[in-house]
Amino acid sequence: MTTAQTGEVVKEPSAPATPSDQRERDRMRRRLARRRGGGWWPYLFLAPWFVGLFGLTIYPMLDSLYLSFTNFDLLTPAQWVGMDNYDRMFTDDPVFWDSVHATLVYVVVSVPLKLALALAVAMLLNRDLRGIGLYRAAFYLPSLLGGAVAIAIVWRQVFGGEGLFNDFLGWFGLNTGQDWISSPDTALYTLVLLAVWQFGTPMVIFLAGLKQLPKDVFEAAAIDGAGAVTRFFKITLPLLTPIVFFNVVLQIIDAFKTFTPAFVISNGSGGPLNSTMLYSLYLYKKGFTDLQMGYASALAWVLFLVIALFTAVNFIASRYWVHYDD
Amino acid sequence: MSAITPPRSSTSPLHKLRSATGTRRIFIHTVLIGVAIVMLYPLMWMLSSSLKPDTEIFTHPGLIPTALRPENYSEGWSGSGNSFSLYITNSLIVTIGAVIGNVISCSLAAYAFARFEFRGKKIWFGLMLGTLMLPTQAVLIPQYTIFYNLTWINTFLPLIVPKFLAVDAFFIFLMVQFIRSIPRELDQAAMVDGANPWKIYWRIILPLMKPALITTTIFTFIWTYDDFLHQLVYLQQNDKFTVPLGLTLFLDQTSGSSYGAMFAMSTLALLPTLICFLIFQKRLVEGMATSGMKG
Repeated sequence: MTTAQTGEVVKEPSAPATPSDQRERDRMRRRLARRRGGGWWPYLFLAPWFVGLFGLTIYPMLDSLYLSFTNFDLLTPAQWVGMDNYDRMFTDDPVFWDSVHATLVYVVVSVPLKLALALAVAMLLNRDLRGIGLYRAAFYLPSLLGGAVAIAIVWRQVFGGEGLFNDFLGWFGLNTGQDWISSPDTALYTLVLLAVWQFGTPMVIFLAGLKQLPKDVFEAAAIDGAGAVTRFFKITLPLLTPIVFFNVVLQIIDAFKTFTPAFVISNGSGGPLNSTMLYSLYLYKKGFTDLQMGYASALAWVLFLVIALFTAVNFIASRYWVHYDD
Repeated sequence: MSAITPPRSSTSPLHKLRSATGTRRIFIHTVLIGVAIVMLYPLMWMLSSSLKPDTEIFTHPGLIPTALRPENYSEGWSGSGNSFSLYITNSLIVTIGAVIGNVISCSLAAYAFARFEFRGKKIWFGLMLGTLMLPTQAVLIPQYTIFYNLTWINTFLPLIVPKFLAVDAFFIFLMVQFIRSIPRELDQAAMVDGANPWKIYWRIILPLMKPALITTTIFTFIWTYDDFLHQLVYLQQNDKFTVPLGLTLFLDQTSGSSYGAMFAMSTLALLPTLICFLIFQKRLVEGMATSGMKG
């Protein structure tokens, strides 16, 4: 009562809010909401990315589309030639088809082998083993070093006529002294082996996926007498399909982009007989060795479309074999 | 992980399933050790070859050299046009520039995507993910013409500047996922205290996302260091060459000249990556697993 007499307002924690408090709180809430939307703040944070997106991705894509209809040697202005580049590619360029062939063989052979090995090793590692960290590290290391020129150089020597691989065959009496790198029948497969050797990245992803699988399902199946093989095909693999899918998409895109080992192993030539002329290498040669930038742009667009097509087909097909839990 | 795991007894089928019997355990270890040896053998072969005299590299396949020849290293170091120290310096400039660029630009973009609602956010985010799938070869030619017109060819700029423009969407994605795991209450508390978004980014988000920044740093370092294609395209004169380009100079000469020196420099070239690997092994492996998983 005394406070009321002196005209002071006592604010108790539980007291109902005065109109001015209410207004203050509303203002704060509105301010928070606006902050969340952020006005121009998000655009400020995104500014570098916007410049990169438009300047280094969207504009170049469009520019490259335009250039693909021109003859352009970088030094003189581009000349419009319509569909000539695409015509030439499909009807008048045997090397293009060599590179398509090499690339498709490379993708189709290396990706499944790599993923199968990655999954098999991940299955072996998915248990309480002593030294599991060491194993994971040892298997991951080659993947980390994968893109290095040094590794490609080592590979070139390993599969050369006097290299390590022939010594290894020699232990089994199989050394014919063949130079695997300079034979057109086998050179591409040394690249495939290099890719398979780098199974560490998908292995680590598989391993993380295997750790997420519900243990009770396996236990129930084991009680019902399902053997290891049945459990793998009926439980593990179906539950793992989202991760298999993820790895397939990633590895295919990666395989299409392979450049360094093909360049180093063939000394930049794509030989012998264009057998290691992976698409990226051919694109590089056309653009930067022959300075046929228009033609190389057409090649780039075809690569882009093919990868987009592969990815799209992957996504559509995934509806039929990828199982999502939720 | 299932929430309820029944206590394991030694007779439960699950137990049999998980912890294999002694012989099985030995079998698994044997297989894994075998695979590990195959995986690491080429690297050990490179190391041992780098210390052998040329005459022994292809005649003595064993890993232990009968004669050591450390001169391979000194000869390789000075033996390919310029001294290797120049290539290493150039590689350092490029990689450090790229790391700084990626850490700054990607964290800025990630903060915007993770913490703000704005018009078209879904579309922009989708575009960002789309660029993840775009092969660099598809934009290589027009990007080259841009840098050519800027007269940036044979400088380090085409290798560094794009990193300041957040072109490596992989890291934006990784950081977005990380920021989402930081409680929003922290931002809101700071906001009530009157902090603006920049202060929240700088004082709260950035310090808390150190693990993601370290992962970005290591991977940017290794991938830029090894990025042969772009260095090959943009660097044209010997004095601008980086380590991978310096290494390829050995390839043209090798017929006849020193294999030992080539292996020595290959070993040195892998050293930065190997050191990163040894120090950050766990983070690298887990970074790969989680960034892959959260998709």
